[in-house]
Amino acid sequence: MTHNIQIRESGADGQRPLLEIKDLAITFRTSHGDVDAVRNANFTVMPGETVAIVGESGSGKSTSALAAIGLLAGNGRVSSGQIIFDGEDITHVSEKRMIELRGNSIGMVPQDPMSNLNPVWKIGFQVKETLKANGLPSGPKDVAKVLAEAGLPDAERRAKQFPHEFSGGMRQRALIAIGLSCQPRLLIADEPTSALDVTVQRQILDHLDRMTTELGTAVLLITHDLGLAAERAQKVVVMYKGQVVESGPSLELLRNPQHPYTKRLVSAAPSLSSRRIQVAKEVGVEPVDLLAPTEVVHEKGKPDEVLKIENLKKVFKLRSGFGRSTDFTAVDDVSFTVKRGTTTAIVGESGSGKSTVAQMVLNLLQPTSGKIIFDGVDTSTLNAKELFKFRRRVQPIFQDPYGSLDPMYNIYRTIEEPLRTHKVGDKASREKKVRELLDQVSLPQSAMTRYPNELSGGQRQRVAIARALALDPEVIICDEAVSALDVLVQDQVLNLLANLQSDLGLTYLFITHDLAVVRQIADEVCVMERGKLVETGTTDSVFENPRRDYTRKLLDAIPGATLLLPPEVA
Amino acid sequence: MTPENNIPNMNETPRPQTIPHFVAPLDETPLQATDKVDEGAAPSSLWKEAWRNLRRQPLFILSAFLILVVVLVALFPGLFSPLNPADDKCLLENSNGPAAAGHPLGFTQLGCDVYARVIYGTQNSVTVGVFTTLAVVLFGGAIGALAGYYGGWVDAVLARISDIFFALPMILGAIVVMQLPMFRSSRTAWTLVVILALFGWPQVARITRGAVIEVRNADFITSARSLGVSRFRALLRHVIPNAMAPVIVVATISLGTFIAAESTLSFLGIGLPPSAMSWGNDIQSAQASLRSNPWPLLWPSFALILTVLSFMMLGDALRDALDPKARKR
Repeated sequence: MTHNIQIRESGADGQRPLLEIKDLAITFRTSHGDVDAVRNANFTVMPGETVAIVGESGSGKSTSALAAIGLLAGNGRVSSGQIIFDGEDITHVSEKRMIELRGNSIGMVPQDPMSNLNPVWKIGFQVKETLKANGLPSGPKDVAKVLAEAGLPDAERRAKQFPHEFSGGMRQRALIAIGLSCQPRLLIADEPTSALDVTVQRQILDHLDRMTTELGTAVLLITHDLGLAAERAQKVVVMYKGQVVESGPSLELLRNPQHPYTKRLVSAAPSLSSRRIQVAKEVGVEPVDLLAPTEVVHEKGKPDEVLKIENLKKVFKLRSGFGRSTDFTAVDDVSFTVKRGTTTAIVGESGSGKSTVAQMVLNLLQPTSGKIIFDGVDTSTLNAKELFKFRRRVQPIFQDPYGSLDPMYNIYRTIEEPLRTHKVGDKASREKKVRELLDQVSLPQSAMTRYPNELSGGQRQRVAIARALALDPEVIICDEAVSALDVLVQDQVLNLLANLQSDLGLTYLFITHDLAVVRQIADEVCVMERGKLVETGTTDSVFENPRRDYTRKLLDAIPGATLLLPPEVA
Repeated sequence: MTPENNIPNMNETPRPQTIPHFVAPLDETPLQATDKVDEGAAPSSLWKEAWRNLRRQPLFILSAFLILVVVLVALFPGLFSPLNPADDKCLLENSNGPAAAGHPLGFTQLGCDVYARVIYGTQNSVTVGVFTTLAVVLFGGAIGALAGYYGGWVDAVLARISDIFFALPMILGAIVVMQLPMFRSSRTAWTLVVILALFGWPQVARITRGAVIEVRNADFITSARSLGVSRFRALLRHVIPNAMAPVIVVATISLGTFIAAESTLSFLGIGLPPSAMSWGNDIQSAQASLRSNPWPLLWPSFALILTVLSFMMLGDALRDALDPKARKR
């Protein structure tokens, strides 16, 4: 490790780094013995600099940052190495000194805006608390000022509201306000926008940039998104399995990744790929040629348009007490068609009604009006028996890989359930089918006896895909199926889906908020905004010539979209 | 190096060039296949994990051992006491006598052997506890599951009914019901089971309802439904197994309270008939000689306390092991 230190010192430009992590090792004591979460981590943050730590979940990126602010979980400790803040070794300083540093020297913006504000206190009180703890003036005016600086409109009134009255983006602004209220010299932002829509993410990061530039605050940005890191930081640190595998200037790292893991990340990052679409098409089905759309002949003369959605509308009644209710139109007059063997993506921000459309197509929700025509039959006219048959042909894959598998069922029972429900084959043939399905989703057959809690998110999602494929469906509805996965795993699952499509002639309806993913997998795109369909078209046409401002805004908000990359990487 | 020197220096040299590009040697972190399945470890389910956790808890080991002993005593009292109080003639000459050979705990006021009575009294107490718990879990669990799963008016009706029963204090209700002519003349352990279950089910119903509501909106229920699994089957196959953990915990703890309730009612003279052997009855009849010889009262009380305590400790240990928040990963 000595040569690293030399490199760093020679490159330190004579200036003292604000935060210096030297050969840091962090150990967690668990019931299975000591686990090294971080080993040999080295990186520096210069004053005013933005440094991003990139890595998959479990790579130790958050742990390293939490160690710097002395907030490791109770069973974790720094087992070797040093953390130096502004020349002071804070590796093992007293709690008292750490409290002095927190807030006015090192601030923090936590990851999840939903759980990091105390729901029983008003926002203003929570800001005041921070100001008070750091000995700053904390009158209502000061609180409002801090909130206004974080970009909250009408701050004085907002300060009197409770967290549940705020949207996700507003809560994150409030957290940023708290994090920056004491004008710290270093701000640790742990996935500050991962839970938010892309357009909100952009606004918030822009704002964070502006504020930290004005104040000269250094930012340690923790993210899983390489594109976002490259766009926002001068320097990127890539962590893998608790170690720093590569660090350097962000653009250089993107254009010329050296470590195989970084290379893998760069090639998998959806936000950076402008050529991925061809790759996806190569492994996927024949590209949809707009000039000769009916050339592809399908079996048994089935209609080419497997799904036809006509003027679909869904109105929810929101109860407002005493039997009164207000109408909320979640889906408003949506029409589109899905061609057999292709992928249609529905894109939109949260609350745009895209998942409601999916639920109605799956016949889990009744539309208020409009028709869903599957294979020439209006699905609302199906009786119980026909509906049971319909279920065989249309299968869902849900977003949360932790919630969509019954934790009490092992993998064999999970994948066998659809076969058993539809009384397909006998026990032996079902087992054979389960084995085949596991092969198809490239899981080892030994996984059959395991339970969902033993598998990673990506593996669970592959189990969910196997279950969905068990009945040889024609249409698969993927509701944010890859949104919860790490970039590399996401890439793997998307490739799997594309391969399955070409092998089995599947049709996908892909619901997502992530335009970058759309580009990798979809042939056609429907953009939804507040329940309405604002734009439809082929993926290429929508990406190259977006006709609506809303679509353009969504496209611009993809992190790293503007970064130019040499062809061998892009 | 003064700050004044630093600032112009910073502006002259663009920052990116000063950032060194560091690459870790590959052999330090060998690259693994993306998202590899760990095939080495043995498969484990929630229950196996819970068992692994329980096995190492002293609280669990102790309470499980005690419960095992209590259950053995209840099933085969003859193994533990050579004397059967039913055949044993209580001799008044032994009245309130101290421990003697073959009578380790001494004698009651009527000259009966205390040890034999404590051992043989176990059966009734444990029977009432176990079967009341079973009845409560089956009935209360079913009501709670239906209310939680179907919601709407089903929930409203069932929840109100269970609220009514919940509002009645169990002991008070039992006293009133036991005084009814139909019960007064023919009291057995089974009558007690019925009465205690009648007032005990709402608690389990509430817990089950809450657990079911938590599970019913999970994605795996929607998945099962969209596979074509019917609504009721999804309840049986997916919802109930996933909602069992808190119910088991509550049932274990209430098993102890039902045993205590049986003794309370017997003590008050409205539980088991005086002819039946039970800790409550023994405590009640030993009251008379409490000042001169407290032991005939204390020994069955110890047995009662120990049994109730072990079920409560077991419940606590189970709660720790089954608490979803304590689950790893």
